[in-house]
Amino acid sequence: MTAAPIIRMRGVVKRFGLFTALDGVTLDVAEGETLVVIGPSGSGKSTLIRCINRLESHDEGDVVVDGHTVSDKRQLALVRAEVGMVFQSFNLFPHLTVLRNVAIAPVRVRGLGWAEAEARAEKLLARVGLQAQIRKFPAQLSGGQQQRVGIARALAMEPKILLFDEPTSALDPEMVGEVLDVMQTLARTGVTMVVVTHEMGFARRVADRILFMDAGRVVEEGPPKTLFDAPRDPRLRGFLQAILSH
Amino acid sequence: MSIFDTFLNWKVFIGTLPLLLSGLWITVGLGLTAIVLGLVGGLGLVLLRLYGLLPLRALAIGYIDVFRSVPVLVLLIVVYYALPFVGLRLTAFWAATLALSLVSAAYSAEILRAGIEGVARGQFEAARALGFGAVRQMSDIILPQAVKLVIPPLTSNAINVMKDTALASVVAMPDLLKQATQAQALAANPTPLIGAAAIYIVMLLPLVRLVGLFETRLNRRAR
Ligand SMILES: Nc1ncnc2c1ncn2[C@@H]1O[C@H](COP(=O)(O)OP(=O)(O)OP(=O)(O)O)[C@@H](O)[C@H]1O
Ligand SMILES: [Mg+2]
Repeated sequence: MTAAPIIRMRGVVKRFGLFTALDGVTLDVAEGETLVVIGPSGSGKSTLIRCINRLESHDEGDVVVDGHTVSDKRQLALVRAEVGMVFQSFNLFPHLTVLRNVAIAPVRVRGLGWAEAEARAEKLLARVGLQAQIRKFPAQLSGGQQQRVGIARALAMEPKILLFDEPTSALDPEMVGEVLDVMQTLARTGVTMVVVTHEMGFARRVADRILFMDAGRVVEEGPPKTLFDAPRDPRLRGFLQAILSH
Repeated sequence: MSIFDTFLNWKVFIGTLPLLLSGLWITVGLGLTAIVLGLVGGLGLVLLRLYGLLPLRALAIGYIDVFRSVPVLVLLIVVYYALPFVGLRLTAFWAATLALSLVSAAYSAEILRAGIEGVARGQFEAARALGFGAVRQMSDIILPQAVKLVIPPLTSNAINVMKDTALASVVAMPDLLKQATQAQALAANPTPLIGAAAIYIVMLLPLVRLVGLFETRLNRRAR
């Protein structure tokens, strides 16, 4: 990596009471990179990416995003403005139409006018294949459609970085593909992506690098080929066996 | 003398109706003012209680607990008869408005808190991740969803405030109840009292029914 990393974590520790969820994580993510985070349940994957946009505040170490320190209140606003997030449970705003869900942040956070924001939202929704649904409310959409709205909503802020926390885990199997397709297209646009997922096919195809976590630590990392085909750590081997055998 | 002459005397009722109606307007004016002020105060209180600095939070909790414990009638009498000793002399109307609003604000705050806490955590997280500031997050994302949850209990509270306006008659405010007792004395007949009771019921029963409807609808949707 030659250029400065866009995400830089140094010795990050996060505790919930007595429990240590992140146990000294050090990590660099390069601009434009697609990083996939894998690991068993409870290993700290969600906590890791939620520390990047400070949905969780870390207890020790540094998190610096595009030069902004997230633990500094003023810099955090800048971080949030350029980091988008897509949630496992979508978290769409149920009282707003699909169009408004996508347009509201540019209006309320960036100060754009509604007309312009909605025009841009319409384009984004067309990009994820939802131009016909823009007047509906989230509850009227399928899970796959809702998650694509979630992606469009994050894109509306023109983020440099996109965080995905198991974006397809709440979906029926037949809808997983449509969401992964959108994500794969995004990965080619040069946006930096950090993706927590159990979709190993996606990880192999799209990731530039895989990060395997266990018990709050980064146990192994590397390009998908190396990690999947020649795993070194016994915990990673066990994890892959368990995941591939079902 | 039949029961109709004594309790449901039509002529007495018609004769005293103007007096009762003049009281009704005061009751409605008092009730609505207190409901609105109570809501505004309750919103301020709940924001302090949930998001204020620590000492302010403690203050808000203290306020809410105290004003949910004090009987409205006691508070009203304190406001009307005790405050003049420190130079604050309020008219009966404003004394009653103040007492009712102070109490209603405490109840409204608790209702609004339940509403805000009833909004899913993911909604707060989505708003924060998009960069919403605290104020915009509240006004655009959380409160519009909380409102749906709090309309039934807030309506219940409004009904209670309306009923409590009758307490104002003890500080000689010419509200519906006061006018009815007045009219009863003038006419030497209890019909105006029955009339006043009927007016309270006609005014509030639809609201009571409405709360019932809200609640069955919310229950059905929750399933
Ligand atoms: N708010 C919280 N309070 C207490 N403990 C928490 C909290 N959030 C997470 N934890 C704990 O921290 C650990 C790591 O959680 P995290 O959600 O990061 O795991 P994960 O790798 O994302 O797991 P999963 O695959 O199940 O989503 C878990 O043991 C979890 O129980
Ligand atoms: Mg998780």
